[in-house]
Amino acid sequence: MRSEPKLSPNGAFSAALLDAEQSIPTGIVGPDGAPDSKRFNVYRNNVIVSLVEALAHTFPAVQQLVGEEYFAALARSFVIENPPKSPVLIWYGREFGAYLDAFPPLSAYPYLGDVARLEWGWLQSFHSADACPLDPARLASVSPNLVGEVRFEIHPACRMIASIWPVLSLVQANRFGGVCSKPINLDNPEAVLVTRPDIKVQLSCLPNGAVTFFNALTNGKTFSDAAALASFDDSRFELEATLGLFLGQGVFTDLRVVAGSNEHGKAIANTGEVGCLP
Amino acid sequence: MQAQHSGTPLLRTAPPWRAGVGLKPEHIPEILETHPDVGFFEIHAENYMGAGGAPHRNLAMIRERYPLSLHGVGLSIGSEGPLDREHLGRLRTLNTKYDPELFSEHLAWSTHDQIYVNDLLPVAYNVDTLVRVCDHIDEVQETVGRKMLLENPSTYVAFEQSSMTETAFLKEVVRRTGCGLLLDVNNVYVSCINHDRQPEHYLQDFPIEAVGEVHLGGHAPDMDQAERPLLIDAHDREVDAEVWRLYEQILRKIGPIPTLVEWDNDVPAWGVLLAEAERATGLLKLAAQPDMTYAV
Repeated sequence: MRSEPKLSPNGAFSAALLDAEQSIPTGIVGPDGAPDSKRFNVYRNNVIVSLVEALAHTFPAVQQLVGEEYFAALARSFVIENPPKSPVLIWYGREFGAYLDAFPPLSAYPYLGDVARLEWGWLQSFHSADACPLDPARLASVSPNLVGEVRFEIHPACRMIASIWPVLSLVQANRFGGVCSKPINLDNPEAVLVTRPDIKVQLSCLPNGAVTFFNALTNGKTFSDAAALASFDDSRFELEATLGLFLGQGVFTDLRVVAGSNEHGKAIANTGEVGCLP
Repeated sequence: MQAQHSGTPLLRTAPPWRAGVGLKPEHIPEILETHPDVGFFEIHAENYMGAGGAPHRNLAMIRERYPLSLHGVGLSIGSEGPLDREHLGRLRTLNTKYDPELFSEHLAWSTHDQIYVNDLLPVAYNVDTLVRVCDHIDEVQETVGRKMLLENPSTYVAFEQSSMTETAFLKEVVRRTGCGLLLDVNNVYVSCINHDRQPEHYLQDFPIEAVGEVHLGGHAPDMDQAERPLLIDAHDREVDAEVWRLYEQILRKIGPIPTLVEWDNDVPAWGVLLAEAERATGLLKLAAQPDMTYAV
């Protein structure tokens, strides 16, 4: 820090924008040459209101769960403590889930952070790069003695959010025009697969053991290693059903078979571009 | 150094006597279904900076049928620090991908110390600002490889540090950088009322020959602390009668010019926005036939 922090004009302006307690910067005036705080407050209001709106757009289920008025105050405090670092607001709000986890007044609603993380995952999936999901026939065409060695490429729009709360039920009941027809049992943990095989984001609840299977595959484990880990973790793991879900929801874009340790990276059964868009 | 500029950006595939509209996601299904007769669509560049998905799919379909205007709202040309190179790169990518007929940004700043405050903030009009704004515009035009249009701002405050008028500032920016101007008539009206000036005088001083596009939009009335009128550039309603009147004056002076109707908040049904654009189109058609009488 410099001993005499002298702010530049834009520096003084922006410091006062995000701190309603600060007096307005000197030299900023109305038509009579006199300072007018109501004029400066138009900017203060624009900044806060527009960023709160951006968060409400990204986190509609959180907004519905806490109520519009509470959300506005909550989002306002988040904006002041975590203003955006990029003009691309579809990337604003990554830390909102962690902020909710650590926000003392909301400690009685510990699932809100996961709800926000799922909504964040939905938005990132929505804007991810386009890619063709893997055609299941490609996997079927791999020779049976090599299938265990298959490694999958994960689709850029694919995410997974594992929660100790029924996070998918909470999100589905509180956005997409959802209504809560039956009470949500907070004792039911849910892990959610977020995919976008084409344009529409899909949310699926993962069955037993599928989280381990998914994590192993995304960490580059082979098909057989991932299946073994999942069964070890949860004896209820069903390989066929889980694989069917992953293939059907577009978790993968490609597969590689690396036979033997001296052939790293050599792809067998790897075809080129496959058209998938209608 | 000055950028290489192609000529004045003109709409290639639609006559400028049909007004354009700002593209809103909620209107896209109806637009794709009905193919309305509008001159062009304008997008906010920052809404299309994701890698893929529905926004790009829809925009590509719209682009196939309509001329396009790429309008940046987050580059922060009035920043004291350097431009965000990554952001500028994203603008260049969008320009390459969609080849828009028009490309514009604002005389304003929105980022300071890497904090983005999501509003178009005002600058003092003096030599310091002029030099850095011109440097930034040179950089934009060189990086993107085309001429840009710079939009006049709506402002609520003035700076004691200003030593020239907004119009003198814009004239000098045009002279030094070769950029064009986006004349936002609502911003002219809002700023003039807010600073107790005559919009007609502002327009007389405005370097009108550099205008490549016009914006029309709605504003909300308010009052400042001293209970003087304070107009807010809200883009949340129909274009004001006074703004239509100024627009007619401009058309009389320069003839038909690509014109956009903006409506960004409390977005109405598509038909309401289309009707506003049709009204502008009516005036553009009259301006294409200068011997006809004007009537709104």
